[in-house]
Amino acid sequence: MSTNMNTIHDLADREYKWGFVTQVEEERVPKGLNADIIRVISAKKNEPEFMLQWRLRAYRHWVSLEKAQAEPKWANVKYGPIDYQEIVYYSAPKQKPGLTSLEDLDPEILRTYEKLGIPLEEQKHLAGVAVDAVFDSVSVATTFKEKLADLGIVFCSFSEAVQKHPDLVQKYLGSVVPYSDNFFAALNAAVFTDGSFVYVPKGIRCPMELSTYFRINAANTGQFERTLIVADEGSYVSYLEGCTAPIRDENQLHAAVVELIALDNAQIKYSTVQNWYPGDKEGKGGIYNFVTKRGKCLGANSKISWTQVETGSAITWKYPSCILQGENSVGEFYSVALTNNYQQADTGTKMIHIGKNTRSTIVAKGISAGHGQNTYRGQVKIMKGATGARNYTQCDSLLIGDKCGAHTFPYIEVRNSSARMEHEASTSKIGEDQLFYLRQRGLKAEDAVSMIVNGFCKRVFRELPMEFAVEAQKLLGVSLEGSVG
Amino acid sequence: MSLLEIKNLHVKVDNHEILKGIDLKVNAGEVHSIMGPNGSGKSTLAQVLARRETYAVSAGEVSYNGKDLLAMKPEEAACEGIFMAFQYPVEIPGISNAYFLRSALNAIRKYRGLDEIDAMDFLPMFREKLKLLDMDEKLMNRSVNEGFSGGEKKRNEILQMAVLEPTLAILDETDSGLDIDALRIVAQGVDAMRNPERAIIVVTHYQRLLNYIVPDFVHVLVDGRIVRSGGPELALELEEKGYGSMEGEARHATPA
Repeated sequence: MSTNMNTIHDLADREYKWGFVTQVEEERVPKGLNADIIRVISAKKNEPEFMLQWRLRAYRHWVSLEKAQAEPKWANVKYGPIDYQEIVYYSAPKQKPGLTSLEDLDPEILRTYEKLGIPLEEQKHLAGVAVDAVFDSVSVATTFKEKLADLGIVFCSFSEAVQKHPDLVQKYLGSVVPYSDNFFAALNAAVFTDGSFVYVPKGIRCPMELSTYFRINAANTGQFERTLIVADEGSYVSYLEGCTAPIRDENQLHAAVVELIALDNAQIKYSTVQNWYPGDKEGKGGIYNFVTKRGKCLGANSKISWTQVETGSAITWKYPSCILQGENSVGEFYSVALTNNYQQADTGTKMIHIGKNTRSTIVAKGISAGHGQNTYRGQVKIMKGATGARNYTQCDSLLIGDKCGAHTFPYIEVRNSSARMEHEASTSKIGEDQLFYLRQRGLKAEDAVSMIVNGFCKRVFRELPMEFAVEAQKLLGVSLEGSVG
Repeated sequence: MSLLEIKNLHVKVDNHEILKGIDLKVNAGEVHSIMGPNGSGKSTLAQVLARRETYAVSAGEVSYNGKDLLAMKPEEAACEGIFMAFQYPVEIPGISNAYFLRSALNAIRKYRGLDEIDAMDFLPMFREKLKLLDMDEKLMNRSVNEGFSGGEKKRNEILQMAVLEPTLAILDETDSGLDIDALRIVAQGVDAMRNPERAIIVVTHYQRLLNYIVPDFVHVLVDGRIVRSGGPELALELEEKGYGSMEGEARHATPA
């Protein structure tokens, strides 16, 4: 094997530096799933009756799906059977009752977020970003709440929203991703424990980035969070999420649901940097990231834009989608998915055009290194009434080394002859000639790979908010380390 | 001591011997031209000096600046001052020419223990070099070689050479694919970079480039061996008689 190939492999070997465990006292329910567990979770969260009933309906639906063995198998990923009775569905750091300020928070948790580079003290925080921190099953802190409240913006944990804004929750919960949507969405609806809630009132432009940082800490637990963002008429919000987890030999399940609703002339920009523990070099351990994310452009001229940088998780199964219902509404999906070592990703989007003159853009960049398998799966559907609909899809794959794979499954369904569709795709390989060229100019092999990959992802990175783009570039470099020599 | 000293260099590609014992000395300030027919091993020699790892050295030694060149990685050779202008420059989509060159320059400066150059100091210098090669400023922000014409790619190589200021520059068939005007600009650009500290090796098939960059020495490479060395007049003789006249000499040359 040439040294260039060794460089490629070395670059893939960098360690996961977010893999530490925090020692905190946990409160958890017994493992396994049944109606009683759901009642316990709902009671712990002091939920109104409508929530409990909704959870139980979701649970019964999930049980019927499980009996029918309806766990989705169509994705291009391989994993052993998941024993849903071995998972703990609720785990929370023990807190003093009536936690009102950060001083009451377990200092270990504060330190955890600091170690992750997410200081929760507002004065230390980057200006212009408000953070909701979710630790295992619960939200532990939300910053800049009061400042946002002055504008009428609600940014809080999902649990708090259920208590303080039950009308909004009841109106929109499940309106984009019903519990019956799919196996994992049903599971999430039954057992989800926390997440973030955002409501931006009419005509308000949210003055700062809203961000949620998800951290899985406890062993043998699943994380099932649910995020709901409602942008009222003429409003704008940009939301970011980041995630990490400790290094563990067992696989852990993360089955989240995100619902976005944009009313007339509203805009939601949703960015993700996903860095769950990917498993080790041999493919042992890592998070199963089975996530349903969907936005509904309900109002005319509304816009929903997804940007994701997916570098973590052992398996990613995720299709952030847009239902373009309002006339002239716009959906966008910009994605970078990296699989290294034995990671597998099956990710893409669905753009469902219902309203007239709706437009969508898809830019997906897949990078495979090591033994990684990377699949783009996308659906563009133009319904009968969607006169004048347009879609542009660009889907590029980059291969590093010769043991990885890239796969593309685009589905296009057009029922209105006025639609205009464009689809471009490419597959390329970081060649020995490209590496040699950069190295001959003085760059180290791994910097050369990093440069080529960053160039490849540029179109997506420029959609990310500034600080996130820098973060994403670094993360990509780290995730690739060991993949080149 | 010569800047570059090649002794009995043998190189194999896919178990096939391409270079069969090359001896060559290049001093600082000199321009050497390596000429020869297709397949004679000219490009292989250039790539080995630039430390391309796909070429296996089976025997011989190369010292550069008193150091063992064959022990260096490509990036080390580059940081030690060796630059190769590629015959087929590659494209790097999404990375601007200016960013790429500044990264390269800073990698080299870092290796030498110098401070990195920031964008504000880099750009005026870069603009200066663009002028030297009569290149459009727009090229600064375009992705490296992406969508460049053949001529633009070659000019871009020489631009990089001008920015990185190597001690030993190796031009691998820089004249191929250039029209006569582009050839003149590129060659004059190179010629302007001649100085007493810098050595240049011009690998070429044709004599025409040497009208602008007049070499101090010409070496004729045939079938993996240098069969003749001489002054600039040798290039003219070749132009007249062709390589055919030398191929006999290759057959009769004693194996090194």
